[in-house]
Amino acid sequence: MIEVRNLTKRYGDLIAVDNVSFSAKPGEILGFLGPNGAGKTTTMRIITGFMPATSGTVTVAGFDIFDQSYEVRKRIGYLPENPPLYADMTVAAYLEFVARIKGVPRAEIRGARDQVVEACGLTTVIGRVLGNLSKGFRQRVGLAQALIHNPSVLVLDEPTIGLDPRQIIDIRSLIRELSAERTVILSTHILPEVSQLCQKVVIIDEGHIAVEDRLENLTRDASLEEVFLRAIAGDGRAKTEEAAS
Amino acid sequence: MRNALAIAAKDIRSYFVSPIAYVVMTGFLLLGGWFFFNLLARFNFLLQMYTSFRNPQAMEQLNLNELVISPLLHNLSVVLVILIPVITMRSFAEEKRAGTYELLMTAPLSVTEIVLGKFLGAFVFIFLMLLLTAVYPIILLVYGNPEIGVLLGGFLGLLLLATAFVSVGLLTSSLTQNQIIAAVSCLVILLLLYVISWPAETAGETMGAVLKYLSLTEHFSEMVKGVIDTRDVAYFITVIVLALFLTQRSVESLRWR
Repeated sequence: MIEVRNLTKRYGDLIAVDNVSFSAKPGEILGFLGPNGAGKTTTMRIITGFMPATSGTVTVAGFDIFDQSYEVRKRIGYLPENPPLYADMTVAAYLEFVARIKGVPRAEIRGARDQVVEACGLTTVIGRVLGNLSKGFRQRVGLAQALIHNPSVLVLDEPTIGLDPRQIIDIRSLIRELSAERTVILSTHILPEVSQLCQKVVIIDEGHIAVEDRLENLTRDASLEEVFLRAIAGDGRAKTEEAAS
Repeated sequence: MRNALAIAAKDIRSYFVSPIAYVVMTGFLLLGGWFFFNLLARFNFLLQMYTSFRNPQAMEQLNLNELVISPLLHNLSVVLVILIPVITMRSFAEEKRAGTYELLMTAPLSVTEIVLGKFLGAFVFIFLMLLLTAVYPIILLVYGNPEIGVLLGGFLGLLLLATAFVSVGLLTSSLTQNQIIAAVSCLVILLLLYVISWPAETAGETMGAVLKYLSLTEHFSEMVKGVIDTRDVAYFITVIVLALFLTQRSVESLRWR
């Protein structure tokens, strides 16, 4: 469903993402890990068509992100690190606007809005102005925005940041539900979240893929914390070790 | 087109829920009212003076269009040079700063739809603003007899001028994520286009003609006189289309840079 091949992104002399390849299948949640500045956000921005790669290809749902960017964008829901909210709009007006620009047919906009409002627990704040919402609600509106056009691929950049423990549990179960018929890429710094949710783990460090494997293979004889620390210390050595063992 | 309208509607709303729309429109009408009052007072003074001199020839020369409308439009055009950069500075720069640019650019929208939507939003705003200034010619029409054709030509010129300003404002806003940089660079470009014909008299024949052609004021003055020449209309349309085209390129550059 998502196929990233030899992806490289350069900003001038700085190589943010270097020859990165991985893939994710429908029904799968891919945990995308790495220290800050490792290239997670850049990779996600390329997958969602926000910025182009210097070289390499990404295919989403069979469409090339560069040549058929429009088709890809129709099928992708993206929650950036900072939820893209218009501070002066109400939750309802904002979600209706997003539904419109994401191509939801006019007659279905209200229904789609009510569905994501319900799913993300926004019923009580639907008439409130986005600028006045708490961090947790803003994050949930961001998630609602990513879901509104019923995309087959979800790219979530730290979706549970700023939420209280109960909201985190709600959002996690929502993501798990959503992943049944979708491909989900989830970037996070919370390792237990990955253990609970993801079937597959990709760890990226300084632009390189350090680990790519299924969760059960990685955590067979070490905790995910150990795997993560080894991966970012060893510059890809962990990967060969894992492969050898 | 549906998408462009959605973006335009969102932008218009955002102008009117923030104080920007009210501050800009109030300022524009306040200054316009002050110009109009003073021009009318001067007209009235001249009228009374010539009446007391019993000078029918000079009375014939007194013309509402030349003495009130034309200077009013020129003054308003200068106010627009300052106000329009403030209106358009947000359009792209604010989206980039707030992170909503990621939403627009990852939604299934074409860059042309985004630019067109932004343009329509700002255009509707200035159209409403200029519509409010119609109160001045209406007062003249009720109490005097200005030439309606000249009046319409002048206001059409002002609308074209303002639309060209908006397009330049969108271009500068698309180049930065800082609203102040967007506004100041737009202001500088507009002022330059305003005064570019100053050396025209001394610059030699060809150069002079070129500078005059580039000048916004020269084309605007013709329209204010009531002369609707296709050359002037074509000039404004060229500026609008060129600025929007460059905006489209500048926004799209994110996709291939």
